[in-house]
Amino acid sequence: MNTTTQVVYERPESLTGTHTHYCPGCTHGTAHRLIAEVIDEMGLRENSIGVAPVGCSVFAYNYFNMDFVEAAHGRAPAMATGIKRVSPENTVFTYQGDGDLASIGMAEIMHASARGENITVIFINNAIYGMTGGQMAPTTLPGMKTTSSPYGRDVELAGFPIKMAELLSVMDGSGYIVRRSLHDAKHIRQAKKAVRLAFETQQRGLGFSMVELLSSCPTNWGISPQEALGFISERMIPVFPLGDYKVNPELKSIRV
Amino acid sequence: MAKELLKGNEAFAEAAIRAGVEGFFGYPITPSTEFLEHMARRMPKLGRAFVQAESEVAAINMVYGAACTGKRVMTASSSPGLSLMMEGISYIAGTEIPVVVVNVMRGGPGLGNIAPSQGDYYQMVKGGGHGDYFPIVLAPASVQEAIDSIALAFDLAEKYRSVVHVIVDGNMGQMMEPAELPPMREIPTESPPWAVTGAKGRNPNILTSIYIDPVDEEVTDLRLLKRWKEVEKNEVRYEEYELEDAKIAIVAFGTSARVASSAIHDAREEGIKVGLFRPVTLAPYPQKRLDEIAQQVERILVIEMNSGMMLDDVQRVVQGRVPIEFYGRMGGITPLPGEILEEIRRVAANEDEVEGDPRNEWMTRLEKKIMGGGE
Repeated sequence: MNTTTQVVYERPESLTGTHTHYCPGCTHGTAHRLIAEVIDEMGLRENSIGVAPVGCSVFAYNYFNMDFVEAAHGRAPAMATGIKRVSPENTVFTYQGDGDLASIGMAEIMHASARGENITVIFINNAIYGMTGGQMAPTTLPGMKTTSSPYGRDVELAGFPIKMAELLSVMDGSGYIVRRSLHDAKHIRQAKKAVRLAFETQQRGLGFSMVELLSSCPTNWGISPQEALGFISERMIPVFPLGDYKVNPELKSIRV
Repeated sequence: MAKELLKGNEAFAEAAIRAGVEGFFGYPITPSTEFLEHMARRMPKLGRAFVQAESEVAAINMVYGAACTGKRVMTASSSPGLSLMMEGISYIAGTEIPVVVVNVMRGGPGLGNIAPSQGDYYQMVKGGGHGDYFPIVLAPASVQEAIDSIALAFDLAEKYRSVVHVIVDGNMGQMMEPAELPPMREIPTESPPWAVTGAKGRNPNILTSIYIDPVDEEVTDLRLLKRWKEVEKNEVRYEEYELEDAKIAIVAFGTSARVASSAIHDAREEGIKVGLFRPVTLAPYPQKRLDEIAQQVERILVIEMNSGMMLDDVQRVVQGRVPIEFYGRMGGITPLPGEILEEIRRVAANEDEVEGDPRNEWMTRLEKKIMGGGE
């Protein structure tokens, strides 16, 4: 009897073999892999320049097998703008968390979108500051307890969660703005398609693209990895509805 | 190319274009705005990058990103803008990439005003941003010298993978002078080996300023310091005027030095042996030559358009061997040659031997001058 072997799963070339420092149950690893798979499939690895943020994914450049720079907190879209403007032939993307993108980097992300910068932004929204140990983020849910909202986020005092996909979708420079989730296999597959379309947007010069990925932080949420996935689907999605917020019509014919 | 009548800011911007700048990222601020406007007109026509950023914070971070590709890039701003840029400048220094920043200084602190000042000496010369790093600082004193400084700044930035500041005051940004621009430099087609260009056929390049293990950060800081020692050894620049037989040495930079040289001319006609020592590089500071001058002259008079910031460096070098006096104007006021001539006469008459901090004596004189005699 002849046996044949078939590779069904392997590390994408766009990822290094370095073990990540992420906590068990964190979805950063999933998001990294989706980006790496898309870059591999599009043959962009040798052309890509990534921009890492400040936050838990500050060391993203250790895990991606491609040229990378490390931005100051919130400034990744400005840095990506600088790179893309002098090197338009490169594929340029940022990878940013919610504190980075929606708090300290709010001006940079809004204006990168307004200018229609041909860059791709992967936005990890886990509703909390991870690296500094679980403080309130701009995306923290009303009533959610964090170390800096120990009695639960009081919207009277600390305001409301910021909905980035909705905000960026009204900017004329945006080409592709969607929100997806990483809480189960079905949603992860949908997230990958969105990442692909975001990079396709850049390849086609259709303007600014962003994929917001609802993500888990079991460590700082203080629950198990399994419970954290449930938290995304039951608590986060009602506040941050999944969907296509803006899609350039030219993207609609692309099958991924 | 012949001399033309050129406006400072526009001439500096054109000099950068001629030096091969491929990206300019800035934000409007008086008195540097014509720099940005010139870039807005010229860069797109040359197929080069120009972005008016949403803030100086964004502008310097665009410069940071663009510089990571190994291309010549820059920004220009004025004092409050530089305060905002300090975050990015520290990151650029920590990442060891070449960047040129022009500061057309104005009166401060705070919003201050839009008049010429040298009040950013500490901020520019002593670092300004956080952490252990050493920017190179050029302080030209004419439109022509500033034009030449821009190309030099790019060369030094690339040679030492360093931040280079070219600092002038609002006078120089705004005034028109006959000057000559250099020819257009060809844009190099090769990238430096450290640049991010896409990892084609090589291992990835990573450009970062994070060294999470303090041991690695210390190794990095030591590397920066050793590189700085090379800069100190090789790149000191200064100019002297009428110093050969001088009994009094004026130490001044930029516009102050220029005004002082007029006063020196007049004082020489009165028979006062006074000359000028003008640091061109404020960092590295020309301390070796100043040390020699301190052994030659009987008195030193420091002139600045600030509260006596470079005075600290002169005192550090002179170490009390010669009496040092100070005359400064602050708040956006440029001293007139007559004011400096009066100071030269006063110092030459050797009245009121200075004891302790020369600022104290100056403050009393200045107060009398600007508030009137009686109090």
